[in-house]
Amino acid sequence: MSGDRQPRPQDFKVQSRAALADPALRASFRSAMDFLVDKRAAQFPDIGAYERLRSLGTRIREHALAKLPELLERLEQNLTALGVQVHWAETPSDANRIFLDIAARHGAQAMVKGKSMVSEEIELNREMAAHGIDCVETDMGEYILQLDGDRPSHIIMPAIHKTKADVSRIFAEKIPGSAHTEDVDELIAIGRRALRERFRDAPIGVTGANFLVAETGSLVLVENEGNGRLCTSVPEVHVAITGIEKVIERLEHLPPLYTLLTRSATGQAVTTYLNIVTGPRRAGEKDGPREVHLILLDNGRTQAWRDQRFRATLQCIRCGACMNHCPVYTRVGGLSYGTTYPGPIGAIVSPHLLGLDATRDLPTASSLCGACGEVCPVGIPIPELLMRLRGAARRRPAPERKPLRDEGAARSRAETLVWTAWALLYSRARLYRWFSWWATRLRRLTPAWQGGWTRGRVPLRPAPRSLRELLAQRRR
Amino acid sequence: MTPDTESMRARAAILARLRAAPPVAAPASPDVAAGLAADGAGSGDAAVADFAACARGWRAEVIETTPTRWPAVLRDLAVARGLRSVLAGRDTELAARLPEALGARLRWYDEPLAAFKPRLFDAIDAGITTVRGGVVETGSLVLWPDVREPRTLSLVPPLHIAVLCASTLHPTLYRMMVRERWADGLPTNALLVTGPSKTADIQRLLVYGAHGPKQLVIVLVRDDRDGTGVPA
Repeated sequence: MSGDRQPRPQDFKVQSRAALADPALRASFRSAMDFLVDKRAAQFPDIGAYERLRSLGTRIREHALAKLPELLERLEQNLTALGVQVHWAETPSDANRIFLDIAARHGAQAMVKGKSMVSEEIELNREMAAHGIDCVETDMGEYILQLDGDRPSHIIMPAIHKTKADVSRIFAEKIPGSAHTEDVDELIAIGRRALRERFRDAPIGVTGANFLVAETGSLVLVENEGNGRLCTSVPEVHVAITGIEKVIERLEHLPPLYTLLTRSATGQAVTTYLNIVTGPRRAGEKDGPREVHLILLDNGRTQAWRDQRFRATLQCIRCGACMNHCPVYTRVGGLSYGTTYPGPIGAIVSPHLLGLDATRDLPTASSLCGACGEVCPVGIPIPELLMRLRGAARRRPAPERKPLRDEGAARSRAETLVWTAWALLYSRARLYRWFSWWATRLRRLTPAWQGGWTRGRVPLRPAPRSLRELLAQRRR
Repeated sequence: MTPDTESMRARAAILARLRAAPPVAAPASPDVAAGLAADGAGSGDAAVADFAACARGWRAEVIETTPTRWPAVLRDLAVARGLRSVLAGRDTELAARLPEALGARLRWYDEPLAAFKPRLFDAIDAGITTVRGGVVETGSLVLWPDVREPRTLSLVPPLHIAVLCASTLHPTLYRMMVRERWADGLPTNALLVTGPSKTADIQRLLVYGAHGPKQLVIVLVRDDRDGTGVPA
């Protein structure tokens, strides 16, 4: 699914059928997800300790969200005092304009970027390229995808759908002077060399942020490769972009969230780097950016926040455990969803970002087995949120509440009619008896084609006699 | 509209939307200490052994030495690895004894990065740094780069040599940040470093030396023992 055609959430069903028919893709997702599931499980051997840690993480996120407006203002105040420029963006285009403005002020033609899902959400690379600015991905997985014109299929392991043979071909084609090899150590060495000069020369470094600490005005980045550190240390300007929900109140709230994140994401007790950035270069320091910017993006997050039924969506710390454990994601892969955030978390986040019209199928891509909610390290009741979104997509918004974007977009007349008739029958005993008497007598007239049901099953047909009639007969 | 007024407009709109929602009582402030697992020890031979085992598990090399012998350890390391240029910061606790340990190999990080970049990226084999403390639970190093030891000293050279004093070990990151009251004042950059840089982005195969150092050597100075002649 690489190259020319970008997947869209509207085409989820078509895309997932295509993915299901690709045995190589299925095998690579299956083995990768099994691997991550096992590694995570090994990190939480003591269920009691895990539950305590998880309930702490949940409380920290709930607490921060409950105080969100206050914490955002406190964060802004502390950042401003440190000399960080804080920008606010309601939409992706707002955010891209801010990037362009910063680049223009520095005459920058290039940026190096650490892994950031929010930058994918605003399609930063494409927008910068349209204005002649080369925004280079530096996370190895993201770099491979960028070279190939592809997009991430997993939020933690973006290039999980690529094999080393793919990478070998991509590098040989796109990196001048690189030898053809399928040795993974050599491939990484090639990527490292190619990106070194970009780090050295780029005037602007771009990153996301895993957490924002309100009390200290700190940006926190979690990573293994060191590219995030390079982006925040070498260029003269550092621009971080993240969603408004990432703020936590206190620095001491960081260690539990950090350990929940790394263990849930990749099954590591700790990553190579935990990078806490507090303000631009200070007097006498020899490196570090002279200018630090933080862009706070809304893009639908306030919609999830203002409705208490959906607020828990924003507790997410982007570990990806829900997708690793999802039987649907494991089979259809990340690209099928056609959204920045795939899998169960994507299905509950994307409707707020893109509206329920484009994303109406995503909340239905779940068997409601509950695995996602069970492994979520910050206690998001994902299955419940999926159910609420299914309802919101199909029902007229309640008049007393502000509607979600495109609420009721998937409402169909036939479906509404069926449910109205059902409600009528099942709430009136005599009507129900009359109906079931006829239905059992005329059972042979039931249509053989029954929509989605008969696509994989035999048609439903009423029994010759209803249970009520059989019982009445026996009593006689 | 100028970018700044545009941002102010977005700010007002976002905060107004957040404020318009019916208020919910904030839950009580979370009790972090109660939710974390009980701490192990942060000092003593067992803690040092735990730290070293854990750090080695992350592919760091750990060399234990004494407060008097560490320069010799450093010299042996430089010779064994054929290091030609080793970078360090002036005026640190290590600085006075580095010339004796490294001789002509020693380079000082004296210039601002912009001027020093070409040599830093291409002509330095290793960077030596002090360490603020170690975390026993995860085998991690805490670095606070500063005026003397810039961030890139532990980041750009392919080998990072970290000199850690055993007396600065803490059981967990949480204990360390609370005991040292980090929230009262953080440096521009505070780091937790665990092993050399790595990636598993190609078919989940683990490779060391992604973008940061390819190797991490921890020189673990046992300044916590009695009878060494050096105060613990």
